[in-house]
Amino acid sequence: MDSAAILPGLSIIDQLPLLAVVFPMLAAPLCVLFGNRHIAWLLAFLASLFSFLFSFHMLLQVMDGDVLSYHLGGWAPPMGIEYRIDAANAFVLMLISGISTVILPYARRSIAYEITKVSHTLFYCCYLLCLTGLLGVVATGDAFNVFVFLEISALSTYVLVAMGAERDRRALTAAYDYLIMGTIGATFFVIGIGFLYSVTGTLNMVDMAERISTLEDNRTVQAGFAFIVVGMGLKAAIYPLHLWLPGSYTYAPSVVTAFLAATATKAAIYVLIRFMFSVFQPEFIFELHTFKWILMPLAILAMFAASLIAVFQTDLKRLLAYSSVAQVGYMILGISLASKTGLSAAIIHLFNHGITKAVLFMVVGAFLMRVGGSFTKYLNGLGKQMPITCAAFVVGGLSLIGVPGTAGFISKWVLIDAALQKDLWWLAVLIVLSSLLAVIYVWKVVEVLYMKQPDETRVLKEVPYSMLVPMWVLAIACIYFGFDTDLTLRSATVAAESLLGGGIK
Amino acid sequence: MTLDFILGHLNYWLFIILMMIGFYIVVARGNYIKKIVGLNIFQAAVFMFYISLSKVEGGTAPIFPIDMNIDPQVVYSNPLPHVLILTAIVVGIATTSLGLALIVRIREEYGTIEEDEILEIESKLQSDENSTEGASMGGRA
Repeated sequence: MDSAAILPGLSIIDQLPLLAVVFPMLAAPLCVLFGNRHIAWLLAFLASLFSFLFSFHMLLQVMDGDVLSYHLGGWAPPMGIEYRIDAANAFVLMLISGISTVILPYARRSIAYEITKVSHTLFYCCYLLCLTGLLGVVATGDAFNVFVFLEISALSTYVLVAMGAERDRRALTAAYDYLIMGTIGATFFVIGIGFLYSVTGTLNMVDMAERISTLEDNRTVQAGFAFIVVGMGLKAAIYPLHLWLPGSYTYAPSVVTAFLAATATKAAIYVLIRFMFSVFQPEFIFELHTFKWILMPLAILAMFAASLIAVFQTDLKRLLAYSSVAQVGYMILGISLASKTGLSAAIIHLFNHGITKAVLFMVVGAFLMRVGGSFTKYLNGLGKQMPITCAAFVVGGLSLIGVPGTAGFISKWVLIDAALQKDLWWLAVLIVLSSLLAVIYVWKVVEVLYMKQPDETRVLKEVPYSMLVPMWVLAIACIYFGFDTDLTLRSATVAAESLLGGGIK
Repeated sequence: MTLDFILGHLNYWLFIILMMIGFYIVVARGNYIKKIVGLNIFQAAVFMFYISLSKVEGGTAPIFPIDMNIDPQVVYSNPLPHVLILTAIVVGIATTSLGLALIVRIREEYGTIEEDEILEIESKLQSDENSTEGASMGGRA
């Protein structure tokens, strides 16, 4: 090997795929070393901001279908680990780092209320590690590397969830449940990778895809597929595998819930999409059967059952957690349609739901800070006492339902379009019907906020600007992406195209 | 299924048996520490699977001679799965220690680490909440 191949003259732009992941990773131990919560916050914010800028720059680079390939340590793939950025990962990277950047300013005051001061530095450290893991999962092009990053993010997530124990001890059991189920999921994923490795002898996803393409009837490949889908299904909370989610989201600190709801399940869904459409060929008979007989029924079940459970919740945080399970159903439905439009719908909903849920959970955090609980009884008449915060909830709620003019409408629209393209008109009807359930649970909260008589004895003021501004940045994004779909829809379409690689139309 | 098939795939059978034992413990045992033990067995089974995968028949340890005079006749086993599993073991240790740390905290807060007793305490908390925080039709569901 000549030296040029080992040390190619890379400019800083070529290093972006790695830098986006490495910045938060290096900032995490620095937080602990400085040991000061203000410096830790600043480090976390800067690392996250830089990741976001890098991701955004990469997205612009790959928007026309290009692929950025970064070879770790100069080792060429398939031997070395490769970071491979196409429109699909760049879009998800931007979502994750963007949400994280917006949430961090909010986090400062929110965790000051919910977590004791001593743990703040460690909180930011775990937060950054979680961010590193999620970004790494999405950026990497190496199957085993996905597992490693997945566990980095998962382990820090368990800690973050358990930090809610100061408010409610059930955070501990929720974190423990999550740990057990998350580890089973990740181990299933490793078994799947092991099967694929034993057949193909490679871990690089592109290389693997090439070798699998002729192995449709191979039982090992099929078993590997099953393990990967179930493992990632656990992480993504696909309906019957969602049991860890409501508990973790309800008892985790509000910031953590907002961050996880917007990013963690999304990264898992991205991995699912990447494996189903890039590594395995979507034309495989066994995969088509999985889509039709397993994923689609489960998605429809999630849309209805989880929404129905959400309707009956009296704790706003738990209500939104169940709504998340239902929304994951829409993404899975988009995937199960196995078409270009369906895949775009899944990717665009991934983004739109990410920002929507972040707003909603941030609002819940604001309520929690002012009234001390998220049960509906505390929220009576808050619309008059905290008008700006409640207005953000209404915007988020409308986007969750999918009212025209909000981001949620665009994703439902594309999803219905995808269903109609396949002549599944009944599916389009079901999508609309399940949205009506969302109307019920959002209306229930709006009714409590605006129609009930407020408790006049308590004097409430709005939450500080450091919390209001991030909340409204995302709320405005919910509306903005409802009108200007250029960025989201175009990225999602290009992403779907690059994932399918000119296969099915 | 001939005897040859069964014996020829012995490592896979053992992997599956060990994996199922671990998985069963995680699902069936109510004691939180036993669950972690089950999880460890479950993961260890996967490690075994990877390691047995890397064995090449007649292959020796994948270490080149010190003078780097590599004899092309010598067959080496595949070192890659070992490296992967080294990483996975580290992840497994981190998971175990975090799980045990959580159990310590759970024991401090609940006074027990038996799942059924904890569920009882939690369902009582839940019903208290439901009666004081407003009528509710659904609980944990």
